[in-house]
Amino acid sequence: MTPLISADHICVRFGGAEVLHDVSLRVRPGEIVTILGPNGSGKSTLIRAILGLVPLTHGRVMRADGLRLGYVPQKLAVDRSMPLTVRRFLSLPLRVSDAAAEAALARVGVAGLGARQMSALSGGQFQRVLLARALLSDPQLLILDEPTQGLDQSGEAAFYQLIETVRAETGAAVLMVSHDLHVVMAASDRVICLNGHVCCEGTPRVVSNAPEYRALFGLGTKGALALYQHEHDHGHDHDHGHGHDHSHPHSHEHHHAG
Amino acid sequence: MGMAMTIRTLTAMSITMLDDFTTRALLAGLGLALATGPLGSFVVWRRMAYFGDATSHAAILGVAVALAFQLPLTLGVLGVALAMALTVSTLAAKGWAMDTTLGVLAHSALAFGLVAISFVPGVRTDLSAYLFGDILVVSRADLALIWGGAALVLALLVWRWQALLTATLSEELAHAAGLNPNRERLVLTVALALVVAVAIKVVGALLIAAMLIIPAAAARALSRAPEAMAALATGIGGLAAFFGLQLSLWQDTDAGPSIVAAAAMIFALAAVAAQLRRG
Repeated sequence: MTPLISADHICVRFGGAEVLHDVSLRVRPGEIVTILGPNGSGKSTLIRAILGLVPLTHGRVMRADGLRLGYVPQKLAVDRSMPLTVRRFLSLPLRVSDAAAEAALARVGVAGLGARQMSALSGGQFQRVLLARALLSDPQLLILDEPTQGLDQSGEAAFYQLIETVRAETGAAVLMVSHDLHVVMAASDRVICLNGHVCCEGTPRVVSNAPEYRALFGLGTKGALALYQHEHDHGHDHDHGHGHDHSHPHSHEHHHAG
Repeated sequence: MGMAMTIRTLTAMSITMLDDFTTRALLAGLGLALATGPLGSFVVWRRMAYFGDATSHAAILGVAVALAFQLPLTLGVLGVALAMALTVSTLAAKGWAMDTTLGVLAHSALAFGLVAISFVPGVRTDLSAYLFGDILVVSRADLALIWGGAALVLALLVWRWQALLTATLSEELAHAAGLNPNRERLVLTVALALVVAVAIKVVGALLIAAMLIIPAAAARALSRAPEAMAALATGIGGLAAFFGLQLSLWQDTDAGPSIVAAAAMIFALAAVAAQLRRG
């Protein structure tokens, strides 16, 4: 399958420091790819490079022709000086019908919030509204930059579950960034472990067993991994070793009860 | 403020309207409000207040340039204001510390302008006209210029409205949607220079930024949507021009500062009204 987006050997330099070194990445239709990494590992920079927001010192980023992209930024400070209802926000930059706006809000679980001021939303509602706006362009690819920052653990789990539902319903591929290990794993087809360069890559199961991953996140994640494995040890994933190119589409469904 | 009083003032107004120069002055003020309402809203939303100061203070330097080279005043002001706005915008994009940079540029432009003007013979005594405006001697040609400039600014903002709002919220969001935030910033920069060129006759170089910020700030407390805020800011700017002119004619005060003072009073009323409504 042709990738929706592909980054080939990209390098990004800020001043003297190389933030990203030789990073390659592909997202194919319908898959959920998560970029994991500690703070300062260049996760957000990678997203920004893919979006064309930062210049590359090396490599290139290719998009599929006419790719429809939905973007959920890490944070959006709606200045209190700007009065803005949720409904009005959904019509930026493209105006959408009331019906489409209400449907998008309902899809992300915040139906009826249209008349609310953006500055009056809770963190969880705000993230869902951002997602609703991104969904209005009927995207083939959703890009989310740490979408659960500032949410508590249950809010975070609920948000990732929502992402999975959205993928199932719309077929949109998802590329997201997280510094959080365990919650994200259940939802991802593929995890890319980043620390300036790609440390390891593969299914969540493969990555969680990779020594690079363990070195990067230390042993403190053991409990979280145990939790993940408890949920996912159904014994049908024997894909050992991790390659940099998983050419098989991930067609298996996640049927774990949430 | 009682309804009766408003009506009395309006009646008094319609009588003085017969005097041609006051009509022209009011039309000049309304024309300016047309542009400063929406543009001022962006200045408030994007926290560009100091940016407005720098650009409008550069207008004095523009006046000096126009007088020295015997150019039309508007052309000199527009040119220098545009140069200043572009400089500031470029430095901001390069990540300069804007607070200090703008402080240096704004006050230097004003100081150099004032120094340069004192070299032009015979202008010294008229200086206050450039600093505080000269709305009571607005000519028909001035009026055409003010309305033309305001219409141009308004058209520019309406044309780019959706993109400007998106880029104001988040440059990343705008970029991801295929917009170019730099272009939108340029639109605002050009619009600001145009408004400065238009406004120098009305409120003078020192108070242009006030005309941008105060009506928009007053409108903020009373609006729930960006469009409503921009429209309300225009209305408040128009009202301020009206009441300021009345004050000026009645007490023989400088018209420019009187208009800004009226805007400030409306701001205070709006703030109180919003507080009361909130409970």
